Amino acid sequence: MTELKFEEALARLEEIVRSLEQGESGLDEALVLFEEGVKLARFCNNKLDQAEAKIEIMLNEGQIETFEVKDA
Amino acid sequence: MFQPLSVSELTQQIKSALAGPEFQSVAVEGEVSNFVHHRSGHMYFSLKDSKSRIKAVMFRSRNQRLQFVPANGDTLIAVGSIGVYEPNGEYQLYVDLLFPQGIGELHLAFERLKEKLEGEGLFDAARKRPLPFLPGRVGVITSPSGAALRDILHVLTRRFPGVQVLIIPALVQGDEAPASLIAALTMAQKTDVDVIIMGRGGGSFEELAAFNDEGLVRAVAASAIPVVSACGHETDFTLTDFAADLRAPTPSAAAELVVPLQQELLENISSLQKRMADSLRRKIQTDRRYLDKLSQSPILQRPDSYLNQLRQRVDELWTGLGRFQRHQVVLRRGKLHAAAGKLEALSPLKTLGRGYAICQNERGEILRAAEQAQEGDTVHITLHKGSLSCTVEGRET
Repeated sequence: MTELKFEEALARLEEIVRSLEQGESGLDEALVLFEEGVKLARFCNNKLDQAEAKIEIMLNEGQIETFEVKDA
Repeated sequence: MFQPLSVSELTQQIKSALAGPEFQSVAVEGEVSNFVHHRSGHMYFSLKDSKSRIKAVMFRSRNQRLQFVPANGDTLIAVGSIGVYEPNGEYQLYVDLLFPQGIGELHLAFERLKEKLEGEGLFDAARKRPLPFLPGRVGVITSPSGAALRDILHVLTRRFPGVQVLIIPALVQGDEAPASLIAALTMAQKTDVDVIIMGRGGGSFEELAAFNDEGLVRAVAASAIPVVSACGHETDFTLTDFAADLRAPTPSAAAELVVPLQQELLENISSLQKRMADSLRRKIQTDRRYLDKLSQSPILQRPDSYLNQLRQRVDELWTGLGRFQRHQVVLRRGKLHAAAGKLEALSPLKTLGRGYAICQNERGEILRAAEQAQEGDTVHITLHKGSLSCTVEGRET
């Protein structure tokens, strides 16, 4: 799988939920969908779970260092 | 040799003389008179001062975007070109832009540049790219000491506590600002940011001038990474705003547009997960209920009794089959006895027992008449017990 985009994963997850809620698939198929959905949800959560903001600034020479946020 | 020109030829020469660059882009200030907004949408009027008057026309395609309606007596600045209307032999001003009096030189230059870049399609909606839904890293091009940066960072971290930001500092005011902003934009292309916020806090038209720089506007339009422009406040539009993929009214608004609400997304995903699990659980319950119903059926409920029934039936059949077979044997045996009796009655052996004999010639043929043998033939006579070989000595036919 190439790098999945967050919004694609979310869209697919929504599609799976809709499909499961409509209950048209058999149990085997439903289990396969469920497993895929669990993976997608985990992927999305991982993308969102960066708890700490990282704010950096690029200096003249192209170096990057952490930017100190001063509250006004 | 005196060679007169035709009127058309003369008009053509005048037209060519007026086609020079000095008349192709003129800005002229004057008072409006004889203003007519024709049914066709074109505007016809004159501009005059105390000594002179010039006819002017502003075509519908040009005047559609006018923010005001000119009226007789207004003093206006018209920008356009001089041309000749051949049928009447009149020169007139073809107006591209019209401004109320008092507009500064900077504004005029702004409007002209806007007209030009717009004509090149730099501001076309089709050029605008969508912003990433969830940017991996946000680039911010602004002054590192400005209030705009503080506002942007505040909103970014509030909406998305895990946001990744790379600030690329640039001058946002003064003569060196355009080059500095272009350099920062160029630098940003080499980083992994997938959206750029470029802006500064609000200011006067002069203070925002860098964001109207032609080079910067072109650089923004050419950026491979989507750019959100955020200059000043609601009402300040810069040319960069028009070229950007998205224009935010303020730096804070730009930050709002660039990152989603992390909490909202997490809640959304968690709700999707719950719905998914619920519907699977429901599915399993439904299937289980169906299975329960099936297992209530007698055959699955008491399989032994069913089997016993079957066994009994088999036994019955077996018994029936035995009876049938025995009957058949008795029947056949009787038939056999009868047949054997008949066979015995017909057997020659029994006849021989009663004293009869069978006479056969040497070829084994049974002789039934004396004619079948000649005198001297050897015949073979079978008796009840044993046999005789005899020679025929005489015969009576």
